[in-house]
Amino acid sequence: MSNNLFGKTGSLSRFIFRLDRIRILIWVIALSFFTIIVPTSFTELYGSQQERDGMAQTMANPAMTAMVGPANLDNYTLGVMTAHQMLLMTAAVVGLMSILLVTRHTRADEEDGRLEIVRSLAIGRLSYLNATLLVISFTCIALTLINGFGLYALGIESMDLEGSLLYGTALGATGLFFAGVTAVFSQLFDSSRGTIGSSIAFLLLAYLLRAITDVTNEAFSWISPLAWVSKAAVYDANNWGPILLLMGASIALFGVANYLNAIRDLGQGFLPSRPGKKYASRFLQSPIGLALRLQRAGIISWAIGMFVLGASYGSVLGDLDSFFADNSAMVELMHLEEGESMLERFLPMLMIVIALFATIPPVMAMNKLRGEEKKERIVHIVSRAVSRTTLLGSYLLIAVVNGFVMIFLAALGLWSAGNTVVEGGLSAELIFGNALSYYPAILVMIGLAVFLIGRIPKFTNFIWAYVLYTFIVLYLGGIFQFSDWLGNLSPFGHIPQTPMEEFTIWPLLVLTVIAVVLAVIGFFGFRRRDIEG
Amino acid sequence: MSLLKVTNLTKKFGKFTALDGVNLEINSGEIVGFIGPNGAGKSTAIRVILGIFKATSGDVKIFGKDAWNDAVDIHKRVAYVPGDVNLWPNLTGGEVIDLFVKLNGTESGSKREELIQKFDLDPTKKCRTYSKGNRQKVALVAAFSSDADLYILDEPTSGLDPLMEKVFQECVMELKKQGKSVLLSSHILSEVEKLCDRVSIIRQGKIIESGTLTELRHLTRMQVLVETKEPITGLANLGGVHKVEETELGVSFQVDSDKLDMVMKHISAFGIVKLESAPPTLEDLFMRHYEGVGGER
Repeated sequence: MSNNLFGKTGSLSRFIFRLDRIRILIWVIALSFFTIIVPTSFTELYGSQQERDGMAQTMANPAMTAMVGPANLDNYTLGVMTAHQMLLMTAAVVGLMSILLVTRHTRADEEDGRLEIVRSLAIGRLSYLNATLLVISFTCIALTLINGFGLYALGIESMDLEGSLLYGTALGATGLFFAGVTAVFSQLFDSSRGTIGSSIAFLLLAYLLRAITDVTNEAFSWISPLAWVSKAAVYDANNWGPILLLMGASIALFGVANYLNAIRDLGQGFLPSRPGKKYASRFLQSPIGLALRLQRAGIISWAIGMFVLGASYGSVLGDLDSFFADNSAMVELMHLEEGESMLERFLPMLMIVIALFATIPPVMAMNKLRGEEKKERIVHIVSRAVSRTTLLGSYLLIAVVNGFVMIFLAALGLWSAGNTVVEGGLSAELIFGNALSYYPAILVMIGLAVFLIGRIPKFTNFIWAYVLYTFIVLYLGGIFQFSDWLGNLSPFGHIPQTPMEEFTIWPLLVLTVIAVVLAVIGFFGFRRRDIEG
Repeated sequence: MSLLKVTNLTKKFGKFTALDGVNLEINSGEIVGFIGPNGAGKSTAIRVILGIFKATSGDVKIFGKDAWNDAVDIHKRVAYVPGDVNLWPNLTGGEVIDLFVKLNGTESGSKREELIQKFDLDPTKKCRTYSKGNRQKVALVAAFSSDADLYILDEPTSGLDPLMEKVFQECVMELKKQGKSVLLSSHILSEVEKLCDRVSIIRQGKIIESGTLTELRHLTRMQVLVETKEPITGLANLGGVHKVEETELGVSFQVDSDKLDMVMKHISAFGIVKLESAPPTLEDLFMRHYEGVGGER
């Protein structure tokens, strides 16, 4: 009987591990690296208790509590500070790891028909599910041990063995919990899209519920499993209870997933997919309508994300002066001169980061065309009465509007949040003017994407290297004092950094012309080349 | 009148020559079969005809217009079904059909419902859930719903079951009745035999044979089964005779069409009891052209 259900689970888990070993290795290394590097840098930046108390003061506002959760700010040791600022965020990322890894080998394998072949072999009915859960469990155990002992090995006084192990266990347990959630959702939904979507929605909902309840009434935040991570009070009270609760809940979810898997047929879900539309809406029946429809979900998520990004930066603007007053190291990094307002110095740096984030969605919107080409779907369009100019133009129009909306929403978030926390309010003209002056640089990136797609499609992804280069040179370059010419190689380096620099319109006009020229060359190239298919 | 005329078409990808001086012609109201093994260049040729690939040299004219420069105009009167139908996973089949028909500049109208029913397709399902055959049905319904003059079908039935294949053949016959033209690339030779007026065979980027089925048969061998009073001797030594086999029913062999007369004279000397002959199937034709080159690409 048990062989009928669980036979060969061990061999299958070795097989799954073999498939995913690189993926798992990268996740574990990346997560552990960030966990261990942060306290090391904290010892340098916040060496004295006085500096840490200053940081604690900055953290003592609802916006920060909503973002990273509560902590004992009266006992803000290096350990408590690390756990406060890092643990919840890292746990959320571990949750994401579990969701992606588990979906790959549950619903995704089933949907693509691979599970059917596996199930026809001499293995138990529940073996593949449990092999997947076994692999993710070992991954979580590895995370627990590496992070736990790794943090302890740093030899920082306030980070004792028990606290370090609790830190690691909190990460591992969160991974297990979301593996369980995903395993259950993969039984309910009959597509991998539905499984990933609902699991991530669950993760975000847990985070959001925790944020709201942490700010209003911490007692209520027990309803969110993510809040249990904060409730462990790592390096402070070291409560193992909430983490054990997390593990118990994981085991229960594993059980539910097994039960649901046992009583359903292969390929079926418990939530049958609703029948879709029988006819296309008028809106869909054009190249631009199709392009928009394909990107709808992505554009909306990015729009919300940009607003939240702006708002979260805006919410800390009020505490800038107190933050830097207590932090001599940061002041040095910012190269602050006498008489400069902290806000004025901080804003241009902030804007570069926001503008670079706002560049990602329009470039993605442009590169979507190349993605469609590689998936052999634009063959359907160009083999019909649609010119290539219309096709490329539709994607370009979406990207150009997309870029404007993104930078505008980020500025709106920054201004509306900043305006409430900065004494005397925040000048709308300063924020919006500053943000929108980056729009021509974004246009250059879009133009470059069009150029690449039209002329050298194999190098379409080169654009991301250029975005990354801009980030390194302009953001980190500001800290490490790189030569100016390095920054000038990027369109973003030519934007006047008001209010620190005098505003002139010329660079913006020149950038716009460059963007147009690149796009035009791209259009001619696209009209002349073979479409892959 | 010639609807499609491909003259001396050559297409190179870097150093690799995919098409080497291809000639192809479709006249108004004609159904032309386009056959050849995988990698022979069928799909590449079709993509050049559709203006998706740019010809390295040569001339492709559809409705008298240039396939590359006037692609959009031409496509208003062309319906295409690709060999691999890749669709958008989160759109429904119905949505895709409407989109395709609309992009061709026509309205789908009542044919759409009729075809959906004929092909037994559920248009409310997302394309992600469709099998290969169902994705092909989506493309076929879209193609047959549009009011085109030239239909270009690239292995359209490779995922369909026999029942649906029959529906497909009915649809093509219907097009023929209406005087439309079809370019049908296929692996299923019986289908080509049933539907096509003319056939072009492509191998390694070159058209090696072209003509009506009767013409092509003439070039090849006849299958003969003969029973004689006395055992036949010397048959294998005659020119034009192949694959001689002694069976319980008599001697079976193949004979080149132009040597038939001479071989018959030889056999009749042994006293013929029974004689069966069959024209070569397209498969025989096909196999003959590929004998010995199966491994090559």
